[in-house]
Amino acid sequence: MTTTSWQDGVYAALKKAGVRQIAYVPDAGHSRLIELAHADNDMQAVVCTTEEEGVALAMGAHLGGQRACLLMQSSGVGNTINMIGLPTTMHAPFLTLITMRGEWGEFNGWQVPMGQGTEPVLKAMGVHVKRAETQAEVVDMVSAAASLAFGSIIPVAVLFSQKLIGAKVFVKEQEQ
Amino acid sequence: MSAAMTQGLDRRAVVAELLREPGDCPGGQLLVVTGLGSTTYDAGAAGDRPENFYLWGAMGGAAMIGLGVALAQPERRVLVLTGDGEALMGMGALSTLSARAPGNLAMVVMDNGQFGETGHQASHTALGTDLAAVAAACGWKTVLTCTTMEEVAALRMRLRHEVIFAVIRISPADVPRFLPPRDAAALSVRFRQALGIPAD
Repeated sequence: MTTTSWQDGVYAALKKAGVRQIAYVPDAGHSRLIELAHADNDMQAVVCTTEEEGVALAMGAHLGGQRACLLMQSSGVGNTINMIGLPTTMHAPFLTLITMRGEWGEFNGWQVPMGQGTEPVLKAMGVHVKRAETQAEVVDMVSAAASLAFGSIIPVAVLFSQKLIGAKVFVKEQEQ
Repeated sequence: MSAAMTQGLDRRAVVAELLREPGDCPGGQLLVVTGLGSTTYDAGAAGDRPENFYLWGAMGGAAMIGLGVALAQPERRVLVLTGDGEALMGMGALSTLSARAPGNLAMVVMDNGQFGETGHQASHTALGTDLAAVAAACGWKTVLTCTTMEEVAALRMRLRHEVIFAVIRISPADVPRFLPPRDAAALSVRFRQALGIPAD
């Protein structure tokens, strides 16, 4: 369980940006944000069966006058490709925070192709992409991305690099 | 087209009935999200209004857009009106909606057992899938299947007061084309204005 302070800072940044709905497909790297969202009476936390649901939820939130954020991991970006064009079509804000797999010390090769494809796919669909590599920069980057998304009314993704969140460890032997 | 294929209710008559007197609804005008394809045309034909948000793309997204609206506007009633093909593409959303259980959202699937827009190919609901049973298995407490206009008439006000998932068996027969507005940005702006949301 990761409970590091930068993730609390990221949650505070989302709150400060006025985010009221958080859609997610779980990822270990987002577990603290998900915990905080569920514990917050002023936040609607929605677990999705697939990531494109979260994009659609965010568009509904916008129609209803609320701000939303989608938490997913890089492999989920591939599931969103058609739906993630919706913010552009609707001229609606969209913010997503993406934990990266398949790029730094990845143990599981199945994560590598979509990990490598995440940024080009997002850019191909017109999403503005920011990339956080260090704990020192991540909170400010999320705040800036939220301002860009909700202020300029464009789709914005922040990638949390695998170096930032740490490569997933599968067996205890690897931890030693 | 065989006689069996033309059985079912007239889709335009069904939607005209479901959306009749949309202001007769708790919290104000009924908020309607339609799915890509024929339900968008049906809702437009029943009377274009700012509280209708029509999907002209994003197939599979209608239910989740409806959920986002419902969570943001808990005092209003939301109706997701879509077709069998659109609902099948977003079938996981039936589980997500049930899990989140907004008290102010109902969903209607206009089921003709076909992908009508693309040439009347048989859909999965004609090949063994019962979406009402799927919704029930996903945890929806009230699930109905309507096959008569009397049942549709009885459904109209229930959709505005209860959490219901309803399948309506409609005819796959072609109906006259009706094209409501499709500029998604303009549709968004007027929907938000109708809710009194200030422009950004």
